[in-house]
Amino acid sequence: MAKIVIDGVEYEVNPDNNLLQECLSQGLDLPYFCWHPSMGSVGACRQCAVKQYRDEDDKEGMLVMACMTPASDGAIISLEDEQAKSFRSDVIESLMISHPHDCPVCEEGGECHLQDMTQMSGHNYRRYDKKKRTHRNQYLGPFINHEMNRCITCYRCVRYYDDYAGGTDLSAQASHHHVYFGRHEEGVLESEFSGNLVEVCPTGVFTDKAFSQHYSRKWDLQTAPSVCVGCSVGCNTAPGERYGTLRRIVNRYNSEVNGYFLCDRGRFGFDYVNSRERLLEPVKRVDNTGELLADDEIKAVIKEFSREGTIGIGSPRASNESNFALKTMVGDENFFAGYSDSESESMAAVLTLASDKAFHSPSVRKIEEADAVLILGEDVTNVAPRIALALRQSVRNKAMDLASESRIPQWQDAAVRELAQHERSPLSILSPAVSRLDDIAADRVIESLPALVAMGHQIANKISGSAPAATSPEHDAVAEKIAAQLKGAKRPLIVAGSSNGSELIKAAANIARALHEDGEDAAIDLCLLVPEVNSIGMGLMAAEENSLGVALDKLSSGAAKRVIVLENDLYRRAAKSQVDSALDKAEKVLVLDQVTTATTAKADVILPVTAFSEHEATYINYEGRAQLSFQVHQCQKMAQPAWRWISDAAHIDDLVERCCSEAPGFAKLRDVLPGENPFIAGMKVPRQSHRYSGRTAMIANVNVHEPKQMEDKESIMSFSMEGISAQKDPSIMASPWAPKWNSNQSISKFQDEVNGELKQGHVGSLLFEKTASGSYFDVPAVAAQPSGKQLHLALSYQIFGSDELSARAEPIRERMTDAYVGICPEDAQSRGLAQGDVATITPTGAPVVVCIRTGVKPGTALLYCGDANISPAEFTGLLEIEKSAAQATSRGISSLIVSDFQEEEI
Amino acid sequence: MSQRVIASTAKKARKLSAEEIAEIEHEMTLYPDKKAVGLEALKIVQKSQGWVSDESLLGIAKYLDIPVADLEGVATFFNLVYREPVGKNVILFCDSVSCWIMGCESVKGHIKQQLDIDYGQTTEDGDFTLIPVPCLGDCDRAPVMMVGPDLHRNLTPEKIDSIISDYKNKQG
Repeated sequence: MAKIVIDGVEYEVNPDNNLLQECLSQGLDLPYFCWHPSMGSVGACRQCAVKQYRDEDDKEGMLVMACMTPASDGAIISLEDEQAKSFRSDVIESLMISHPHDCPVCEEGGECHLQDMTQMSGHNYRRYDKKKRTHRNQYLGPFINHEMNRCITCYRCVRYYDDYAGGTDLSAQASHHHVYFGRHEEGVLESEFSGNLVEVCPTGVFTDKAFSQHYSRKWDLQTAPSVCVGCSVGCNTAPGERYGTLRRIVNRYNSEVNGYFLCDRGRFGFDYVNSRERLLEPVKRVDNTGELLADDEIKAVIKEFSREGTIGIGSPRASNESNFALKTMVGDENFFAGYSDSESESMAAVLTLASDKAFHSPSVRKIEEADAVLILGEDVTNVAPRIALALRQSVRNKAMDLASESRIPQWQDAAVRELAQHERSPLSILSPAVSRLDDIAADRVIESLPALVAMGHQIANKISGSAPAATSPEHDAVAEKIAAQLKGAKRPLIVAGSSNGSELIKAAANIARALHEDGEDAAIDLCLLVPEVNSIGMGLMAAEENSLGVALDKLSSGAAKRVIVLENDLYRRAAKSQVDSALDKAEKVLVLDQVTTATTAKADVILPVTAFSEHEATYINYEGRAQLSFQVHQCQKMAQPAWRWISDAAHIDDLVERCCSEAPGFAKLRDVLPGENPFIAGMKVPRQSHRYSGRTAMIANVNVHEPKQMEDKESIMSFSMEGISAQKDPSIMASPWAPKWNSNQSISKFQDEVNGELKQGHVGSLLFEKTASGSYFDVPAVAAQPSGKQLHLALSYQIFGSDELSARAEPIRERMTDAYVGICPEDAQSRGLAQGDVATITPTGAPVVVCIRTGVKPGTALLYCGDANISPAEFTGLLEIEKSAAQATSRGISSLIVSDFQEEEI
Repeated sequence: MSQRVIASTAKKARKLSAEEIAEIEHEMTLYPDKKAVGLEALKIVQKSQGWVSDESLLGIAKYLDIPVADLEGVATFFNLVYREPVGKNVILFCDSVSCWIMGCESVKGHIKQQLDIDYGQTTEDGDFTLIPVPCLGDCDRAPVMMVGPDLHRNLTPEKIDSIISDYKNKQG
């Protein structure tokens, strides 16, 4: 620690930080633009000037940029010095010269960092009365608006988009007062993380396009702390509602999980909550039409389904509470997994490994700390996007080491990058096709899935001779190199997932176990990705032998008469014929879901379920981290949380308590609930801000009488602006705000230090206990080789489309492609297929678009199943493709963003 | 929600000529990485084409395998990389301090009158484009300007007339 003096007051600070970081960490107000907590300093905007003095006798001092000056021991600085204050005020005046007077119509107004900083630095009268420079804006796709006139050229957008997120299609153009941030021509921003521009831009150049369409000010949105349900990472979010519709999602800081950033699926994929496809009334099927169920009829249905002979199928996209309620209702032995049988196998491996002392499942933040990474067969960008962003940061650890050697502080962003050039920590990708992370990969091997499994085992064997041997002679040298890199690393990380069966997971585990043996028994980071928000939670609840296949067989054979399907479209999980025969044979089918699906079409009774923003729930992410998501707003119609339909629990806390004591593995779930006495003076935490406007007038067009505020009898939060605001307790804070800080940058007021944990902690609860000591998996028997026209199959996923619910959101739809099959040019030629042709695949005969990619392994076909029609469970390891006479549909594959799309020669 | 179909220009990369490629290849031997060759490649293409069209920009980016957005950033940073067609002769007219003291404004007025163009414009016959530059480093003989590769000093309105006609005659 070091001691510095700021305006006569002594502070204990970390000398590795710069003065701006420390001023903010100490709770002081100092304006800045170009600095961002996750991106370090470049000293471009000159806004954070302070006076620094040589020693106590120095009365003159000199102006320095706080963000470029280390907080070294004995430093004496002043924020309040008149010269420093007037310098900051002059800088902002010049930055603001061409900024339009459009705050009243700007989407950023009210949460604008530029507004806050202008106020803070005291520039309140514009002297410049000449012509302002203006720009033409670009169309940037369905997510982001562009309004370049508002730009103050802080360069944060390109530093985030290019340097941090690895984007290539946004650049700084022109010079001096013409500087322009945009694409080389209009078009969709390609990065999967483009939405963060909305929060990174300190003003309104990049704004949320879908939000603009039904806009509301930040303070008029009802908000609560929520968790993204788009994938298994469980990023923390703050959804905002007004007039009964969900309007937008912004990031909510969690130091261990998402930090400051979300992916575009998470940010723009919520619109299905408002959609017409939502189920909002309890209905029964009478002669193929739906008929509204009366209350007593619902009771009768529940009673009927409580009898012997009922089985329940859980859901990886439903909460722990709803899965637990169903499991309790039907009994442990009648509760079945709601994912495919292949995924059941993978999940069994994942859960076994989760309790193994040899491994550690790293949080997103820990992933960023890895100094050698191996990705085995998983397309991280499309399966768990936020982790791909973290992996991009991990390769910079080499640069950080080089900087330390040269005594350059890590926050000196431009200097560290200049020093490191192309030096990166090793990241190796073994996959069936090129991926969106290839640009940072030191080594990549493109192989068929069986060959990747063999190579994984080969690497494990090279690290430790006690791992079972496997050979992959073609890639021996690369395997040797990767093994050496992992062995030599301080914090190696192995990434795999359940996208293509359990064998890759097992191979990855063997590599990690070999490192564990080699590395004096330290737990090795093994990140195993699963597809959905609560795959782990449901996996923990369903007995291993209770797979979906068994459930469907029970129905088909008549061993079970009735089935309750919880928030699940079984047609995405198993072969169509299998689901058809099970549901046709079942006497009665009860489906609880949020939206209409192929499964609800087969239901005798449908009970409508609330969406993620309409109920309180807990979910468990890929690393076993349980997190609580609060209700944001009420469902205007009759939907309820699934557990409420099928259990007599009065409160989610009751279910959590019961789940803790009854379900194995859930003992620590109660830690996510708010503390014993969360209320200050007995008052609840308001979901509406103290500036929430129009409460008495919001429905005046319907009724001039102001209705009573809706009560929330269960939660510690209220649907009101009254109560004690959560600002002092970040664990129940959706939207940070502090005096003078209306933008998301106010988060520094709630962190124990910049980039640190929130002051009262809110990182969720890790459920897994490390108790077991496992052993190596065996190398699998040689997989079936393709014969004739067959190809190896590798299932492929898309960030926009593979997730069932976000695929129904309008902005996401604009970015989706049809189901496609990705093959290399030689395989296409030998089948007479051209780019964009329609082909049929066996065994299902479903039509798919042909996508010829130069980076696909010859002899392998990537299959992306689209968002509806093809179930991945139809296929085993091999696939045949034949040309079809059918026409491509309108969507086609034009919005596919891959680097190896084969184009016509010029 | 409003949908907007992208009126994509769908511009295709121009295949660089063998001469351009040879020169770029030479530059590539002089720099540690391809991104650094971007500016030289732009100059090479401008030398052969007169300017850098969108198609050429795409062609260079593709040949060097660098993001076209980055290359556009370089191209637009430099005033003398022309992203719009220019005339056969580009007049770089200095209007900085020394030339201004020595009366460049009347000289510029004369050019404007004679050619009927202002800064950033090209004559209708495509012979001349007029661009301001901050300094040509020849202040002791101000006002000065360049036409193509040639430097012209101690300019007066009369001199301008002969320079213009010289270049017109040269083209025949």
